[in-house]
Amino acid sequence: MKSLRNFLDRVKPSFEKGGKFERLNATFDAFESFLFVPNKVTYSGSHIRDAIDMKRTMTVVILALIPSLLFGIYNIGFQHFLSHGESAGFWQMFGFGALKVLPIIVVSYVVGLGIEFTFAQARGHEVNEGFLVTGLLIPLVMPPDIPLWMLALAVAFAVIFGKEVFGGTGMNIMNPALTARAFLFFAYPQDMTGDKVWIAEKADAFSGATPLGHALVGEFDKIPAPIDMFLGFIPGSIGETSTLAILLGAVILIATGIGSWKIMLSAVIGALGFGYFLNLVSFNDYTAIPAHFHLIMGGFAFGVVFMATDPVSAAQTNRGKWIYGFLIGIMVILIRVFNPAYPEGVMLAILLMNVFAPLIDYYVVEANIRKRLKRIKPVKA
Amino acid sequence: MFFDMSEEIKIKRGLTINLAGEAEKTVTEINPKYCAIKPTDFVGVFPKLLIQEGDTVKAGSPLFFDKYHEQVHFTSPISGKVKELRRGEKRILLEIVIESDGKDTAVDFGKGNPSKLTREEIIEKLLMSGIWPMIRQRPYSIIADPSVKPKAIFISAFDTAPLAPDYDLIVHSNGDAFQSGVDALTKLTEGAVHLNVNADAQPSKVFINCKGVQINKFSGKHPAGNVGTQIAFVDPINKGDAVWYLRPQEVLHIGRLFLNGKVDATHVVALTGSEVKRPHYVKTKIGSSVTDMIKDNLVSDNVRCISGNPLTGRRIEKIGYVGFYDSQVSVIPEGDHFEFLGWALPGLKKYSYSRTFLSWLRPGAKYRLDTNYNGGERAYVMTGQFEKVFGWDIYPLQLIKAILIEDVDLMEKLGIYEVDEEDFALCEFIDTSKTEIQAIVRKGLELMRKEMS
Repeated sequence: MKSLRNFLDRVKPSFEKGGKFERLNATFDAFESFLFVPNKVTYSGSHIRDAIDMKRTMTVVILALIPSLLFGIYNIGFQHFLSHGESAGFWQMFGFGALKVLPIIVVSYVVGLGIEFTFAQARGHEVNEGFLVTGLLIPLVMPPDIPLWMLALAVAFAVIFGKEVFGGTGMNIMNPALTARAFLFFAYPQDMTGDKVWIAEKADAFSGATPLGHALVGEFDKIPAPIDMFLGFIPGSIGETSTLAILLGAVILIATGIGSWKIMLSAVIGALGFGYFLNLVSFNDYTAIPAHFHLIMGGFAFGVVFMATDPVSAAQTNRGKWIYGFLIGIMVILIRVFNPAYPEGVMLAILLMNVFAPLIDYYVVEANIRKRLKRIKPVKA
Repeated sequence: MFFDMSEEIKIKRGLTINLAGEAEKTVTEINPKYCAIKPTDFVGVFPKLLIQEGDTVKAGSPLFFDKYHEQVHFTSPISGKVKELRRGEKRILLEIVIESDGKDTAVDFGKGNPSKLTREEIIEKLLMSGIWPMIRQRPYSIIADPSVKPKAIFISAFDTAPLAPDYDLIVHSNGDAFQSGVDALTKLTEGAVHLNVNADAQPSKVFINCKGVQINKFSGKHPAGNVGTQIAFVDPINKGDAVWYLRPQEVLHIGRLFLNGKVDATHVVALTGSEVKRPHYVKTKIGSSVTDMIKDNLVSDNVRCISGNPLTGRRIEKIGYVGFYDSQVSVIPEGDHFEFLGWALPGLKKYSYSRTFLSWLRPGAKYRLDTNYNGGERAYVMTGQFEKVFGWDIYPLQLIKAILIEDVDLMEKLGIYEVDEEDFALCEFIDTSKTEIQAIVRKGLELMRKEMS
């Protein structure tokens, strides 16, 4: 590694102020700090620092996404061959899926990071690592046959209008990955909804409806067995189908302390609580669906584990996180069961609560302020 | 437990960082050749010099006073000659170095039993002798204003910071001086003098048998030993309040002044850190040079010397001096090296509050941490982390952001009067975004102080 370090040291001056490539400073810095943790030392304040940094944090999230990604790739092949009634081996299915997914990931990263680097360059900032996660989240919430140009457009929209216009990483109101999905959802609904888009190169005769698609039109008898939904052998967005794979990710996020278990748990409580309530007062077939089905259908698990927990767009106070997660859970069921237009409600529920998160925090912090002010009252009296 | 029956206060949040290099409980004596008083140790003080290079001084001779509080004098800890007035950028006065004559001659301020002296007489003696600056006030962590009557005085009798000194050892067999110091302090406030002891250990008899104080027991991780935490639980600071605070060693200095009538700057310092060959306690003087302590006593060359603990201390040179308020010197490795793909390694030897490195599988391990940032500065992304290590019910991130936008009103509402840099040290330590939180908090406190004056 010495020679690599020496090389970097040699070329570094031309990227610094006054150098030939001064304008590419942020880009150089991003690559250098990727290869080597910088030699920068503290001066005052805390002389020692925790080993964690943003790169490590984002790496952990990516690690947590890997099970969903791998299963998603496999499931694309599985669903494809199933729809055609053909039998195929594991590697054949996986290979088919990989050929679908890899281009999507590449486009997502190239477009997104391109814009991120450009903005960092223009603003003279360091490149933030957030997009390493966003860039993988976006493919995982897309249907497998999404046209690449459409994806590129969505990524650009999400990064520019979902993030950079607010001031960049840490400043955005809404989750960028969901912003990308919402953009396509409203701009190109024919490619994002319906029964035809969830299985790659589906055979025409085969019904490609997701469990929620079946539920929406009242085909409750066609909802797959719970075990299939839990394991993920169902049509859907690339990364959302396997609750089991997502749970593995959740374990990684919670064990490392990177993802908020409060948000995950409260969302599950909200969904289950409201679901059981509907079971209790059941007045039609949809309200009679067992509440726990909602946790394994559609994007609930993926949304709650990977999207709702985005620390920037979620509530930031601990008490706020409980409220925020709980309301997401309720909202998901509300949209699924009572809105006849949309089969799925996770994306909209999270985006809506993203918007309300600052308000929740405001009231939580306000309570703390009132407690502080109350202390001085006896003196006045 | 036979001491005070007061309730034990449990600090539920926090983090105790296990560093290598804790001081073994032996004391060696060093008579320092040089001592220095550093005006930069005193927040907000503008020094007006009373001496020149070459002047002869005794222990207790005035060196300078504060332009804004002329009665607050700063005196020499030892007898000898003013060797150097070391200045930095813009001629700011950094150090007044005194070369010891080895005679320990001292100015006589007259003995006195504080119980029989009036409040004014006590304050007068403390001001003249230069012991007064040892008493500090919250808010702002500045030298106490003698014209103010504080609502309470707090003494934290234990320190939970990494490698912190054991005050039981420091006050051992100094019961008389401690009691005398407390007697003086009780005259300064109409409220209580709180002596806060560690409930997780058997505190020294000097503390338990101390009269005239309210003993409060605290348990829990760092920052249970921070006076800010203790104040927040016992008698929180509201707008307009002033609370004074000191450490046990400073109480000893006050006590000895009344017992002996002169400045006895004897000061025990814990020499700590992974780079010290033989970490132990050193009996020396206030402002002592560290040269003799670390001579032939370091395991490596590329080190950071800190006056204080690694979380809150000040960087000093290898030929530097112990700070006025410090009872600890830490020597840790410098971290000025690159690490190939360091963020991606399993990290069995990397310390992290998060469990993103495998080191969490070896609890109880002691770490040799260096001064590397371990990453670049970023925007605030993570949330809910600071709350886990902040001592009481403050919203740290929200307060930091209020300071950054200089919203004085919001800072006040979020509790700026209750805090000080050291209360945020753990937040800064665990910060994923690698920001300078303690500096930000100091900026906020100074902004507030200007606003209120």
